[in-house]
Amino acid sequence: MPRSNPKSLVWLGARDGAPFMLVIVPFALLFGVVATEAGLNIAEVMGMSVLVIAGAAQFAALQQMVGDAPVLMVLATALAVNLRMAMYSASLTPYLGAAPLWKRAFASYLMVDQSYMLSIAKYETEPAMTLSERLRYYFGTMMLIGPMWYVASFVGAVVGKAIPPEFALDFAVPITFLAMIAPMLRTLAHVAAAATSVVVALVLAGLPYGAGLLVAAALAMAVGAGVEVAMQRART
Amino acid sequence: MNLSTVEIWTVIAGLAIGTFLIRFSFLGIVGNRPLPAWLLRLLRYTPVAVLPGLVAPLVLWPAATGGVPDAARLLAALATLGIGLAVRNTLFAIIGGAATLYTMLWLLG
Repeated sequence: MPRSNPKSLVWLGARDGAPFMLVIVPFALLFGVVATEAGLNIAEVMGMSVLVIAGAAQFAALQQMVGDAPVLMVLATALAVNLRMAMYSASLTPYLGAAPLWKRAFASYLMVDQSYMLSIAKYETEPAMTLSERLRYYFGTMMLIGPMWYVASFVGAVVGKAIPPEFALDFAVPITFLAMIAPMLRTLAHVAAAATSVVVALVLAGLPYGAGLLVAAALAMAVGAGVEVAMQRART
Repeated sequence: MNLSTVEIWTVIAGLAIGTFLIRFSFLGIVGNRPLPAWLLRLLRYTPVAVLPGLVAPLVLWPAATGGVPDAARLLAALATLGIGLAVRNTLFAIIGGAATLYTMLWLLG
């Protein structure tokens, strides 16, 4: 890596992030379309995509809103989806924790699955990187992904109204979520957590305000963690 | 959706602030202290704990068919999950699921 030219790290990050546009662009387009179908106007769609930038949570909020859940339930569900980011935040702290507050705040705003995974992999393979190099790489990963998220959300919101019901867009959200979940099912613990979530959510589907989902999520997290512990014990 | 404009913006603002605070939690506030192992373990399962439960009723009882299970949608869901498990790629799973959905809607429609 040419240490004399730290700018190149921004570009390196951008280049490593570029392939993820294949995921980000359709996902954001879909969000714009589905949110518009659900009744949000362009300002609301963009408000969500720009202020939140967290696709899965945005879809989860939308789904709860369509089900007329109260505001607090919508927030609880969507924020539960984002709790994994506390783990990202903790694991980035040893690498970025010495940066000035405003840079840490900006890095927090841009903390998504892609920026986290790319950066942490880079930091671990190149422990000699300086703080400024790490920050440049981190922000570089979001240089394309971030703006594309906004732009594609906007395009989706604009074209959304023109899409007829024959396209069965109602099912875009389930397909997108299933497609995100499947690659996450790496271990028995993940599978057990997902299965618990499905069964409990279906059994408690009659509860008002999406409360069943929160119970299902809490139980599923406990089951996932419990199975992980059991597996570790079995191995040792 | 029956939420008012104020409620919608309350959701957006709450989600924006809450998400930022989650992201900022350790990097900005707690700092470089190790997380207890049990907490890390729970956090690891948040996406697989929330998303499957969210999606299951939508697959079994789609609103578009008035809550009646629908063969095309069920098969599309199975295809998405199967492809996602096989190739471990979200984009391919979405494309495969959408292709299955449209094919089945056309065949059964």
